[in-house]
Amino acid sequence: MLQTFDISPAQIETEKLYKEMGLSDNEFEMVKSILNRRPNFTETGIFSVMWSEHCSYKTSKPLLKKFPTKAPHVLQGPGEGAGIIDIGDNQAVVFKIESHNHPSAVEPYQGAATGVGGIIRDVFSMGARPIALMNSLRFGNLTSERVKYLFKEVVHGIAGYGNCVGVPTVGGEVQFDDSYEGNPLVNAMCVGLIHHDEIQKGIAAGIGNTVLYAGAPTGRDGIHGATFASDDLAEDANKDRPAVQVGDPFMEKLLIEASLEVIHSDALVGMQDMGAAGLTSSASEMASKAGTGMEMDLDLVPQRELNMSAYELMLSESQERMLLVVKKGREQEIIDVFEKYGLQAVAVGEVIEEKTFRLKQHGEIVADIPVDALAEEAPVYQMPSKEAEYFNTFQQMETQIPLVTDYTEMLGKLLEQPTIASKEWVYDQYDSMVQTNTVVTPGSDAAIVRIKGTDKALAITTDCNSRYIYLDPETGGKIAVAEAARNIVCSGANPLGLTDGLNFGNPTKPEIFWQMEKSVAGMSDACRTLGTPVISGNVSLYNESRGKAIFPTPVVGMVGLLETLDHLTPSYFQHEGDLVFLIGETKAEFGGSELQNVLADPDQIYSGKAPFIDLQVEAKRQTQLLDAIHQGIVQSAHDLAEGGLAVALAESVFSEAGLGVSAYLDGDMTVKLFSETQSRFLVTVKPEDEERFAAQVEDAKQIGVVTGDHTYTVIGNGEKVIEENVHTLCKRWKGAISCLLKSKA
Amino acid sequence: MKKVTVFITLKQGVLDPQGKAIQTSLHSLGFQEVEDARVGKYIELHVEDHENVDERVKEMCDKLLANPVIEDYRFEVEEAVRS
Amino acid sequence: MKFAVIVFPGSNCDRDMYHAVKDVLGEEAELVWYENSNLENYDAILLPGGFSYGDYLRSGSVAATSDVMKQIKEHAAKGKPVLGVCNGFQILLEAGLLPGAMLRNKNLAFMCHQEALRVANNTTIFTQSYAENEVVRFPIAHGEGNYYCDEETLNELKQHHQIVFTYENNPNGSTSDIAGIINKQGNVLGLMPHPERAVEAIIGSDDGLKVFQSIVRNWRESHVANV
Repeated sequence: MLQTFDISPAQIETEKLYKEMGLSDNEFEMVKSILNRRPNFTETGIFSVMWSEHCSYKTSKPLLKKFPTKAPHVLQGPGEGAGIIDIGDNQAVVFKIESHNHPSAVEPYQGAATGVGGIIRDVFSMGARPIALMNSLRFGNLTSERVKYLFKEVVHGIAGYGNCVGVPTVGGEVQFDDSYEGNPLVNAMCVGLIHHDEIQKGIAAGIGNTVLYAGAPTGRDGIHGATFASDDLAEDANKDRPAVQVGDPFMEKLLIEASLEVIHSDALVGMQDMGAAGLTSSASEMASKAGTGMEMDLDLVPQRELNMSAYELMLSESQERMLLVVKKGREQEIIDVFEKYGLQAVAVGEVIEEKTFRLKQHGEIVADIPVDALAEEAPVYQMPSKEAEYFNTFQQMETQIPLVTDYTEMLGKLLEQPTIASKEWVYDQYDSMVQTNTVVTPGSDAAIVRIKGTDKALAITTDCNSRYIYLDPETGGKIAVAEAARNIVCSGANPLGLTDGLNFGNPTKPEIFWQMEKSVAGMSDACRTLGTPVISGNVSLYNESRGKAIFPTPVVGMVGLLETLDHLTPSYFQHEGDLVFLIGETKAEFGGSELQNVLADPDQIYSGKAPFIDLQVEAKRQTQLLDAIHQGIVQSAHDLAEGGLAVALAESVFSEAGLGVSAYLDGDMTVKLFSETQSRFLVTVKPEDEERFAAQVEDAKQIGVVTGDHTYTVIGNGEKVIEENVHTLCKRWKGAISCLLKSKA
Repeated sequence: MKKVTVFITLKQGVLDPQGKAIQTSLHSLGFQEVEDARVGKYIELHVEDHENVDERVKEMCDKLLANPVIEDYRFEVEEAVRS
Repeated sequence: MKFAVIVFPGSNCDRDMYHAVKDVLGEEAELVWYENSNLENYDAILLPGGFSYGDYLRSGSVAATSDVMKQIKEHAAKGKPVLGVCNGFQILLEAGLLPGAMLRNKNLAFMCHQEALRVANNTTIFTQSYAENEVVRFPIAHGEGNYYCDEETLNELKQHHQIVFTYENNPNGSTSDIAGIINKQGNVLGLMPHPERAVEAIIGSDDGLKVFQSIVRNWRESHVANV
């Protein structure tokens, strides 16, 4: 542990202490030339966190520029706490996804909890009321005790925080693959609702205005969390434990209410939460965005512990804190609101004209740094990129159709795979209904949250099949966006835009940077074709353990709008006698499929080509399906994903309605049932709407009917290939995860 | 100044699922000798010297710190050593 | 009829309760912050769910000691209706307005889903709009909903028909499947499941509306002479 006292600027340079804090030799030289002197200890710490990947996006910035971020309905793109999209009637939706991977690997409960807390603050700091949470989780396979522990505690942490603050956790996804064994992913997304005139920005405008600190006092929590989040996870993660923050959801709840009350006061100029790199990043970013400077007296900062140094105060990642800029002379109005909620709000500084970030402690200046050097002028690197060797090998592979003999048993097995199995064990622990807006609860293609006082609703989903992205980052990137849009469309909503949670390995490795580059290119392509701009996001790099990277996992969090609840379409079958249509042809595509996972050789689970995707075809099918839904001729719609048609059919009959299905297929049954060909949908329509539907959706073909006998039947080439009681299948699907958690390794 | 340590446990007879879970886990780790596990709360108070410390603390426990319907408590009072 | 929805620091179903009464039922309702409040002019008091004071120490224990509870006790003593849901129920138990206590769910996990409940007593002011033994669906959302009382108390509850709602498939280990109980006077009801989350079919169930309708119906009947 570094001692913060009595270390001279000369020592920092000669002993290269800056390296321990995360600055490279070159970067240290840059700091020196910016300051025209050597930085002191506090300043070195400030530069190191602000120039970390987490705050500066120094390696990902060139890639992020490729995303389409503009559209007429985008009110706020990337750069603020969260992005904002207009949904009409003077309302807008605010959303963002953020990762908390490294803290969760070390202390899963608090890591996940504070991840939820942080993303909620990003949303209400914009002035929006948080109305829904989602999360996208990745773990190793549920065979080791450590993974089970991580999984359980992450879920408990999300529940512990989200339930208490009163924001419903309405959905998300969990996937399991060996690549996440030592480095789980915890990405939390928050969606908020706002009126156009309530939009706040994190700016420190108005020379002479007062800087207010509100919320929890500062302790020594998570010091250096931001640089910690940008490092490869050490083998002995336990030694990093002090860097983990502890969350207080009760305090957060009060902070939400107080913050949403102060936005109605014209005394408020700007507001930003203190997230990664705490007071340092919130203060310097607010000043940089406003083109001003800021001076703070650290003696005034509320402190939980004694004798905190300037370095510790500036870098602490204590949770549940906000920074506000308030009109001079009107501080008390704002302070009173916080006090009503039992929260501390104190003046700690002022906005100054000189574009510098100046900190005082015990009457002395302890840091004096040009503001823009910390934010806008942080270094940006173009990393070298090299096509991964495996890619070429996989591309050369001939497509092989795996051998399946017992289709019924294979279907059952697939349904038990934790990635496919019911996640009820997870989401039953989340309060998914508070705020009484949740129309479709977790477990569907997309969660649906209605907007009170209107007939509208939001559809929300998170998606990312990282197996495809590993095999072929560009194609996989396209699929991630397309699949999210598919889920939104199936619910009857029009996709509005997305937030991206980019999780990758070490970007200084050319093959990793290549994965990043290609997947971003694929995602950007899909965003353009499908008309879904990227409005916010987060980058988490160095997701490796023991030198091995996770599968590239750029999570897509997408939001869509249901113009009227009449368009709401369930994902499961509705009535006996309805006709079952499959939209899209099926080819032999098994690269990265769940079937490949089940039949795998443990050394090389995934191989071959990722499924092909034609974005034009995807867009056409989505538009045609959505039109048909809006015409009221679709009873249910579900996208085909992991496990292919066989799994989608099963999921469609797992409801309380007691329905079954009879499907008639021709061709190779393994392909028809289990291939993961993209851009396919399973749709049911009433017999009387058959012609209208077929005329509307070009690539739809009837493959069966909904039955009332609670039996899952597939007739292949004239013979019965699957016949199973739906209840039996459902039991396997529902019980798989809790069964794995109970079993001993 | 006195340091008061309050120990709160679920009453005998009240099911303690947390304790049960701990017992099961300890058994699975090979600690077969664990016959029972009960989970409780531990609260530390620093209180100014008062002639009826014991009585006052008892009142605190009855009014807030413990719920007499499900919990038992006991406490210890000692001279506080504070820096 | 005028309802007060008491808001404690950490309450989080306060707006849902307000929405149910004001927007869905169409009655007068106000959110009342727990401090410096005057409850005299309200006809019924609703204690909403949530995590008052973070559920620290024990669920509801800190809120139960707050000043506003004195007024709520006075209000209850006058025979006016008090309904506590979820955390509100926990507060009523901690304040001694209802007997018993809450333990953690038997599986130690928070749980949130629709549960089938039986209206075990449809003669109360909160349940008279339900049929006898009607089975209804309300969501539950709690980590400490495992109702506990000793045998003596249980016998007393049974004897005085104070058990108002029971679980059809006991999810949390509650004594005698208890989901909701009423005081002997019949004007203070506590229940773990959320009727305010079951007031519109679009959000999964409207079975809870009758709880609020019952309160209003009873109030109208007893105040008709004054009109």
